[in-house]
Amino acid sequence: MSTAGSVMNETGPLLEADGLALQVGERWLCCAFSMSLKPGECLVLLGPNGAGKTTLLHTLAGLRVPSVGEVRIGGRPYAGWSATEAARFRGLLTQQQPDLFAASVLETVLIGRHPHLGRWGWETERDEAIARRALADVGLQGFENRDVLTLSGGERQRVAIAALLAQAPRLFLLDEPLNHLDLHHQIATLELFRRLVRGERGSPALEAPLSGAGAPGGRGGGRKSGAVLVLHDVNLAARYADHVILLDGRGGVIAGDRDSVMRAELLSQAFGHPLRRFESEGRIVFVPD
Amino acid sequence: MKPRTHAVSVIAALLAAGVLAFAWALMAGEMPIGPGEVLAALAGDDGMAAGIVRELRLPRAVATFVCGGLLAMAGAVMQVLLRNPLADPYILGISGGAAVGALVAILLGAASLWVDALAFAGALTAMLLVFGLAHGDGSWTQTRLLLTGVIVAAGCGAAVTLMLALASDVRVQSMLFWLMGDASGAARPWPGLAVLVLGLLAVMPFARDLNVLARGELNARALGVEVRRLRMGLYVLASLLTATAVTLIGSVGFVGLIVPHLVRLALGNDQRTLIPAAALAGGALLTVADTAARTVIAPQQLPVGVLTALIGVPVFLFLLARHRR
Repeated sequence: MSTAGSVMNETGPLLEADGLALQVGERWLCCAFSMSLKPGECLVLLGPNGAGKTTLLHTLAGLRVPSVGEVRIGGRPYAGWSATEAARFRGLLTQQQPDLFAASVLETVLIGRHPHLGRWGWETERDEAIARRALADVGLQGFENRDVLTLSGGERQRVAIAALLAQAPRLFLLDEPLNHLDLHHQIATLELFRRLVRGERGSPALEAPLSGAGAPGGRGGGRKSGAVLVLHDVNLAARYADHVILLDGRGGVIAGDRDSVMRAELLSQAFGHPLRRFESEGRIVFVPD
Repeated sequence: MKPRTHAVSVIAALLAAGVLAFAWALMAGEMPIGPGEVLAALAGDDGMAAGIVRELRLPRAVATFVCGGLLAMAGAVMQVLLRNPLADPYILGISGGAAVGALVAILLGAASLWVDALAFAGALTAMLLVFGLAHGDGSWTQTRLLLTGVIVAAGCGAAVTLMLALASDVRVQSMLFWLMGDASGAARPWPGLAVLVLGLLAVMPFARDLNVLARGELNARALGVEVRRLRMGLYVLASLLTATAVTLIGSVGFVGLIVPHLVRLALGNDQRTLIPAAALAGGALLTVADTAARTVIAPQQLPVGVLTALIGVPVFLFLLARHRR
């Protein structure tokens, strides 16, 4: 069904930004920079409130035309993709989950299958199996028939993550995926995406059994994918990022691999608060002064 | 339960309800006509009973069914487009524009064809006015559209009140009947039926897109829905459906607001089943309401809008209260 993935080079960059600069009104959010994300890598966007992380993420998702420069996914600019084709390649987790009308959790997750269905298509048993597997992946098995309006904020966030997993893109764009999540689920979510990105765990769509229940334990590896995450927690960023883009809110942008960007003086400058860097048991920890 | 089989059974039940509503509408009245005679009349029999069925009751039943179906469908689409459960087909001022047109025609003593024509023209004018004014910054945000619609409707309301104050007593009565929805003069229901069928055929391919849009514009765009085009097309379509319905019978209230919610409570918010089910349920409800309106205190006729409100409000409150548990 999905031809985009097979046409693309398996190891070529999933996401590239070329001389990208963003302007909102009169204000430049970031001056021109370039980056590229290969399969198996995690990129974290860091910066203070209002620095333009979400705007940048939406631009990377092709939902906003860049003021200057070009964004490519799978080696092609967004103009070269149909909307549906792009939706099979990259998925976006939005910051707010708007639930207005009552709907079951399963229905909500099945929305993620939209780009995989034809105009007249109806979700099949396989789509439903994928959605159930996605719910299990975020620890919400048994919630299928609950009304989304009765869920807590953290549970709704996990439903939205499950919908993204059901969408099964190769490139995950996550806007504050840890919103409303407790500590356990924050780590579980980041671990889940790390394993997905490294191909240590197939996405639910690749692995969903065609009939009956599959054993959740014995899942092999899948294709490598990529993830871009907007995070607020500097320490979680230090733990999960391969690359970091640091926006300082004044138009400055530093993009590079984790260790070159996540330095105490750069972070202190960007966040406007002094930070100190410690190393403990092989982990890097930043502590605000 | 598989969603599709559930949907099929609900739609089959609503189809049966529609047939029963039609049967009652053709049989009941000042002169009750038996089912056998009704069938004979439909088959082309001659005689007075056949004449009443074919010339009076059938066009009226079709007109009310079509009007109810159009309003319920437009309401369901508007609620998702505006992401507002309180939206109804009239929220963008279409019924206000139609009312101004119709009342001008009645004020001038024009024939019923002109009342229809001016009502339709008024509805289209209001629609163009709202879309044109709300267009302002190049994008139609829901808030802008809603506010513009509400303001245009308020202006139309003032014009309607003015005309009611200026008109003679006889005219005021037919104006009030038009405003509350009056099916007695509906002599040309067939173009409306075509609009209902074509409208349904036009919406259905985009029903799943609407499901995605209910999750917010950003999510929808990220999932590959061409939100701008979808929104624009469906706004125009829903407005045309509403204009047709209002021209046919007048501003019947509550059907467009309540029927989509009733169906949503019974079926869930999957537009692929919600929209056809709402069309059937709205049609059946309005046909029943109109038949009741002309038989309950016969020979006097009640405006059908009063009946829909009297039926719709308690049923809706009951379902809402039951659903909360």
